[in-house]
Amino acid sequence: MINGLHLEGAGLVHANGQRALRNITVSLGSGERVAVIGPSGAGKTTLVRLLGTSLRPSEGRLVIGDADPWHAGARALRRLRATIGVVHQSPPIPPRLRVVTAVLAGRLGTWPAWKALTSLVVPGDAAGARDALDRLDLGDRVFDRCDRLSGGQLQRVGIARVLYQRPAFILADEPVSALDPTLADLSVGALVAESEAHGATLLASLHAVDLALKWFPRLIGMKGGEIVFDRPTAAVTSAMLHDLYATEGRALPQQGVDVFEVDRPTNVVALKRPGCQ
Amino acid sequence: MSVAAGATATAPIPLRDPAARTRATVLVAAVVVLWPLLWLAEFKPWQLFASGNLQVMGSFLAGFLPPATAPDFLALLWTATLETLAIATAGIALAFVVAVPLAVVATRALAVSRIGPGPGRGVGAAVRTATRGVLTVLRAIPEVVWALVFVRALGLGPGAGVLALAVTYGGMLGKVYTEILESGDTRSARALLEAGSPRLGALFYALVPSTAQELASYTVYRWECAVRASVVMGFVGAGGLGQLMDQSMKMLNGGEASTILLTFLALVIVADALSAVIRRVLS
Repeated sequence: MINGLHLEGAGLVHANGQRALRNITVSLGSGERVAVIGPSGAGKTTLVRLLGTSLRPSEGRLVIGDADPWHAGARALRRLRATIGVVHQSPPIPPRLRVVTAVLAGRLGTWPAWKALTSLVVPGDAAGARDALDRLDLGDRVFDRCDRLSGGQLQRVGIARVLYQRPAFILADEPVSALDPTLADLSVGALVAESEAHGATLLASLHAVDLALKWFPRLIGMKGGEIVFDRPTAAVTSAMLHDLYATEGRALPQQGVDVFEVDRPTNVVALKRPGCQ
Repeated sequence: MSVAAGATATAPIPLRDPAARTRATVLVAAVVVLWPLLWLAEFKPWQLFASGNLQVMGSFLAGFLPPATAPDFLALLWTATLETLAIATAGIALAFVVAVPLAVVATRALAVSRIGPGPGRGVGAAVRTATRGVLTVLRAIPEVVWALVFVRALGLGPGAGVLALAVTYGGMLGKVYTEILESGDTRSARALLEAGSPRLGALFYALVPSTAQELASYTVYRWECAVRASVVMGFVGAGGLGQLMDQSMKMLNGGEASTILLTFLALVIVADALSAVIRRVLS
């Protein structure tokens, strides 16, 4: 079992000279679940890409398990990447692909070549794909083409791909930005359930503070490319959240219609989490 | 607040297009460059309409009418058409076999080492450049030259034409496949590579689905070009309609030549229809 994701003093400057992240030190234990919140442009996406070995840190270093993936060989890096599942904000799925193929693509990193190729003709594991889709209430669309789906449905196909991949690390970048509150709750719940069932580490960036408070025991607040706070959800105060979004008493960005008060974090504990523990 | 208020109070942004000057410069530069090229190419269209020239061309073209329809010639034409189609199809099939692996190696859309950039990026870039070089060499030499070379080795006949097409069109298909794969939505392929997928997985689960129409359309277009090219190669003895056309022209039989040209027209129309069908199926 690989344990943990760690960034040590990591920073990132894009090729155009723009700085996206500064001095990020964060440690995720194996099986831990963390939400990253913060205003638009805070660096949440860049953080996910850094942890997912999609971007290489300009300073500091990334450690996955006990090794720096950027000092590993090409083969080792590929094997490691197969254990990382990234949910992208806009699902990177060609419109012509069928849903079943798009989901099964999650295991290309572990499937042998013959299975990947034959699966294009006859789906290699349609049952597995439908199981992943069922968890997101999308099982009936398994043989549809992706261009027949709405934006929200496509986003759930992207999540289903990562569920099917069954990675040791799930990194989700605004995974529910195109979903209505009910489906967003269901989908974040499915990611959390996957993490609980298989001990996968889960880090999700969310723009809806209420979802973060409800599902995640640890919150990281980011602003301007830096970590502002990183603590157990119960210890996050209303003032910290309002300060993060600079809302000064106005409403925090939220998902739910029947919004609960974020002022007292004790409320969070009272919220029931369906189907978990 | 005060900054925003100040900004709205000042004059609005002038609506003079900041790109206008660059565009005008490029346009003028294009004319300045193209004009001498026309002179170099001895482009003098008015000579077409000089009285003597019109008469000469007219009598040349008049010799093409009526198209030949003698049964024994049509039988020859049928065999030659089949041979041309066989040369073009076999040539494109071989060219495809040459082009696909080279394009997969050369395309940046499947370059794992560019992510990060990661381990092996130097070697990766060198291999891609070298492969592009191979593609350039393959297509830089015209197929008719290859045909002349292969006719010496294999003797007169379609075999030389097929090989010549495979080499040159392999280079062309490879180069354009490389660029089509890069011009589509490469995010999907990158996402798969970042999840540990091998290159072929990313090719078939991301790049091909998003570019299938362009790939098919270009391949059919190249098949159409191969039909025409096989005619030119026929002139140097590589069989098919070209060889027939060569014989007809040498015997100054314009009627036969025009029947052969009508056959080309029919083949191009068929290629067009085929391309349309394939694109519809892939849409």
